[in-house]
Amino acid sequence: MASLEAAASPEKLRRIAIDPLTRVEGHGKVTLLLDAENKVHQVRLHIVEFRGFEAFIEGRPYWEVPVTVQRLCGICPVSHHLAAIKAMDAIAGYSHLTPTAEKLRRLMHYGQILQSHAVHFFHLASPDLLLGFDSEPTRRNIVGVAAEFPDLAKQGVLLRKFGQEVIRHTAGKRIHGVGAIPGGVNKALSEPERDSLRSEIDQMILWARDAVRMIARLHEVHPAFYSGFGAFRANMMGLVDRHGALDLYHGSLRARDADGGPIFDHIDYSTYEKVLTEEIKPWTYMKFPHIRALGPEAGWYRVGPLARIQICAYLPSELAEIERRDFLALGAGKPVHGALLYHWARMIEALHAAEVIRDLLDDPDIAGTELMAERGERQQEAVGVIEAPRGTLFHHYRVGEDDLVKFCRLIVSTTNNNQAMNEAIRAVASEYVDGRVLTEGLLNHIEVAIRAYDPCLSCATHAIGQMPLEVDLVDADGALVDRRRKNLGGA
Amino acid sequence: MNAPSAPRKIRIATATLGGCFGCHMSLLDIDERLLALVEIAEFDRSPLTDIKHCGPGVDIGLIEGALCNAENVHVLREFRANCKFLVAVGACAINGGLPAQRNRFDVGDILKKVYSDAPDGRSRVPNDPELPLLLDKVYPIHDVVRVDYFIPGCPPSGDALWKFLTDLIGGRTPRLDYPQFHFD
Ligand code: SF4
Repeated sequence: MASLEAAASPEKLRRIAIDPLTRVEGHGKVTLLLDAENKVHQVRLHIVEFRGFEAFIEGRPYWEVPVTVQRLCGICPVSHHLAAIKAMDAIAGYSHLTPTAEKLRRLMHYGQILQSHAVHFFHLASPDLLLGFDSEPTRRNIVGVAAEFPDLAKQGVLLRKFGQEVIRHTAGKRIHGVGAIPGGVNKALSEPERDSLRSEIDQMILWARDAVRMIARLHEVHPAFYSGFGAFRANMMGLVDRHGALDLYHGSLRARDADGGPIFDHIDYSTYEKVLTEEIKPWTYMKFPHIRALGPEAGWYRVGPLARIQICAYLPSELAEIERRDFLALGAGKPVHGALLYHWARMIEALHAAEVIRDLLDDPDIAGTELMAERGERQQEAVGVIEAPRGTLFHHYRVGEDDLVKFCRLIVSTTNNNQAMNEAIRAVASEYVDGRVLTEGLLNHIEVAIRAYDPCLSCATHAIGQMPLEVDLVDADGALVDRRRKNLGGA
Repeated sequence: MNAPSAPRKIRIATATLGGCFGCHMSLLDIDERLLALVEIAEFDRSPLTDIKHCGPGVDIGLIEGALCNAENVHVLREFRANCKFLVAVGACAINGGLPAQRNRFDVGDILKKVYSDAPDGRSRVPNDPELPLLLDKVYPIHDVVRVDYFIPGCPPSGDALWKFLTDLIGGRTPRLDYPQFHFD
């Protein structure tokens, strides 16, 4: 089947819209174009919002940016805060941080990973996996999960709460905190704060491991289905440390192809423009990044947990690395590409984050009070990159002598996954929708594939380009026969 | 939903318009109290459920975010028509918040700028009919509909949202003490 990105004669087709996408963060819609036999001719994920953040941030003082930029996204504000501050460290003339400051930022970041992965899995995605893709839509939510699996729901709520508390103790607030400033951080972690977090972390590690094992058991029930749903071959990209191990806070860029072969490795992220570029399409505000050398057709890639845990050499945390090896056994030496495997990978990362948090809390530096580094020479231009919960996040700024921002470019994690999400819904539409009578449950299959990527449409929206999510079906005369919005009870 | 045998649950709907989802995350910051809330309340349309349109008979509608495009206006009107109490949650809904920073500029100029700064240097502003019409400016929600309550903050804390909801559900006039307002 052709790519399904663009139908040959769209005016003859029936449009179905899934609008709005639910149980994802932010706004999006999916549109499908079908013919009279319900054959699928076109499937698109649209990001319908536009904020123009990059335009209005210009002219603002640079030190304001790490705080304002968080309002791109209330789910991973810490990621934007830290990606921006990494760039602003360099702009303001700080080439290194004190050990305490760097560890406090890391602690904040791994708290963010833990809470974001927990909210995505337990609050948003688990209803599909635990209650069924085509279960009763009025119950297919966290309330339905809480009714049937009360312990699990409670563990999810408490894992998220713990991550939020780590953020509060390091950033000052759970959402949109202000902890990092150019050259360091503005808040120490007191010993009582450290001890209160330390007293809970062992339980969090156990619960995170339980979540990994639960997903492994779900996979065991229908292994072919779980591995194959929304699967397609894709390149993968993420940050790794000097040794090739996963490091979500800092590292260099690595890309691997669908078979795990090298594309590039240890690229200094401040030179990302040499290896990456973006394409614009008229039907979405979200741009399409790709590896420059491979072009838009072959160069797109996948980011986030499924990519990260497969391109790194190892996870530097004991329990999570054991789980990762179990996971890798699925592919028998080759990378795996199924959409639902994102959930498994995500919970392995949540476990990893919990272990890293424990190690940081045990490090004597964490309660230190040397928070600011020595200032060196200012820079005019800088790039900050971090592995946000959903994948690689780029912030790029130029700042004038007058301290005002002259240029801002953000490539957010969800944008990096733009083509991959479109491929995922096309794979699922071909397999589950093509030629069939549409039902709410079938349309939910498309959303299940999108949810696996944990798209943050808020991020995607605020940045330069974003798309709306909705699915539409148009008939052979171009009339909107069935605007499937996955209405409640609509079969 | 109105089974005569069981006491009727309070129906809550939530929506994010032009916002960052942070106000919704703050609602989840009520932590374990979320599990207590769902004992007495149920969710209608919300990003947390698969209900895509706000139905009639909703008691409390919580709106996050400002009005940025035509679709936001449509969703807001649907909420007003179906919710007994409509609540503006957070800075964006109340006064436009961060998204309203674009109001200093012409929206067409911003689009051109953002889509021509692309690395390949060509300007192609997305223009598909699937994309809802952008409003000329970003507006607070009370510019378009009547709003019953306003909860300030960016975002209001989970504790503030909990106090508000329990007051309203308990039949009391919602009151937030000064320390429950959180400003940076
Ligand atoms: S008020 Fe603040 S937290 Fe709420 S949506 Fe707006 S920017 Fe986000």
